[in-house]
Amino acid sequence: MRIQQIFLAAVAVLAAATMSAGAPSGGTVTGKVTYTGTPAKAKAIDMSKEPSCAAQHSTPQMTETAVTGPGNTLENVVIYISEGAPAESSAPSSPATFDQKGCHYAPHVLAFQVNQELKVTNSDQTSHNIHPLAKVNREWNKSQPPGTPPLSEKYDKPEFISVKCNIHPWMHGYFAVLTTSHYAVSDANGEFKLPNLPPGKYTLTAWQESYGTQTQEVTISGGETKTVNFAFTAKPY
Amino acid sequence: MGKLLAVALVLIAIISAVPILMHTWWMPEDISTHGHMIDHQMSETMAEAGIAFVAAQIVLAAFIGMFGDKKDGRKATHLPGGAKAVVIAAFLLVGTEVLALGVFGRDAWAEVYFKPAASDAMPIQVQAEQFAFYFRYTGPDGKFGALHPDKIDEGSQNFFGLDPANDVESRDDIVAASLVIPVNKPISLMMHAKDVGHSFYVRELRIQQDFVPGLDIPMHFTATKIGKYEIVCTQLCGLGHYNMRAYLEVKSQEDFDQWLKQQSQ
Repeated sequence: MRIQQIFLAAVAVLAAATMSAGAPSGGTVTGKVTYTGTPAKAKAIDMSKEPSCAAQHSTPQMTETAVTGPGNTLENVVIYISEGAPAESSAPSSPATFDQKGCHYAPHVLAFQVNQELKVTNSDQTSHNIHPLAKVNREWNKSQPPGTPPLSEKYDKPEFISVKCNIHPWMHGYFAVLTTSHYAVSDANGEFKLPNLPPGKYTLTAWQESYGTQTQEVTISGGETKTVNFAFTAKPY
Repeated sequence: MGKLLAVALVLIAIISAVPILMHTWWMPEDISTHGHMIDHQMSETMAEAGIAFVAAQIVLAAFIGMFGDKKDGRKATHLPGGAKAVVIAAFLLVGTEVLALGVFGRDAWAEVYFKPAASDAMPIQVQAEQFAFYFRYTGPDGKFGALHPDKIDEGSQNFFGLDPANDVESRDDIVAASLVIPVNKPISLMMHAKDVGHSFYVRELRIQQDFVPGLDIPMHFTATKIGKYEIVCTQLCGLGHYNMRAYLEVKSQEDFDQWLKQQSQ
């Protein structure tokens, strides 16, 4: 009797373990973002106006309108499911963090969800003002002196928002506010991965700040992994 | 009591005059070809205003000292014939002083504002914006590309709104965040504001000129000493005004050529 109970309990635990491991086993889309043509040459940023920031860069910070990697790959491209994505029940509880360090935005492109908390931190010894130029959402412009707590904000509509600092005009970044939780930002090798996709037909959109957007269709059935690559036409100017 | 006040007035006048005579908080060294005229004008103004100030304080003290404590029951009376003659005399005196300053200072003013820049002056465009200065050089072709405000894009450092895709002249334009110039070379600055009113102030150059939105304001000078100097905005322009500055770097011709070459790479 006792042995039987232990056996049953063990089976239940095992079953629960397999189920929880199996639940997110949807399909995956991976891929690479590349460019053809000649991208604009990155320019060195002169931070002499703000010595405390200039001192943090041993080599000059470069412009990031098109950050390229080995093999003509593109970093900082947002890839997300623009059509066919399952409805989102709620925004993630963890905040998306945007840091200002060395008069530079990290990351350059921050993707997060509608109604997800956005936390803006200032790691510099100088004041910044964060000015996201929202057009669909409400626009705001907040000053953040050094040593002050992080700013907390939210956006309630999807939008790609250009972010700048008026005190340091070279600082520039983007917020990608998305409705879906299925998104990725291409890494230094231009690679991205969208895991846990339930079976279905999806439209994937890739967004690059200078080169615009591209879309591709992909159908996922079961736990397969599909490769979708994007290639942008680079502009020299 | 009147005597004490008289002594205090004289002391205040003398103590105020000492740091000015001693140049305690004087202007930094002049590094421009026209600056000595401005300095001369400043000294003249200081001397005139200083003498008038000290004299007025001493006369005031003398009257207080002589008549302040009188208790002989006499009432104060008007000057015979009223104050009219004194007022006219004061107007003439002050008017002459102001006019004289204007006449003596006309060369300094003309040097900066009326005389055109030398024909071999190097053209540089300055843009003031909330909250930074940017400087544009023509590049090898000697020509500035046209400005297209709709093309302004901070992300790609296109602060001026150049259109290199369609405008060949703008392709070699050099945009820098510091004003780097060769020593002893006339510089012709064309100043314009992107947003609100700003000011271009370099103490050592003895230049302080406002930017006015919508106006291209010419300014010219020659720097005579190699070094690094601060350019500050002296017109309250918004929340980042305190941080609106850039540097003027005066280099030797060789160092300047090298810098320019680096920038155009």
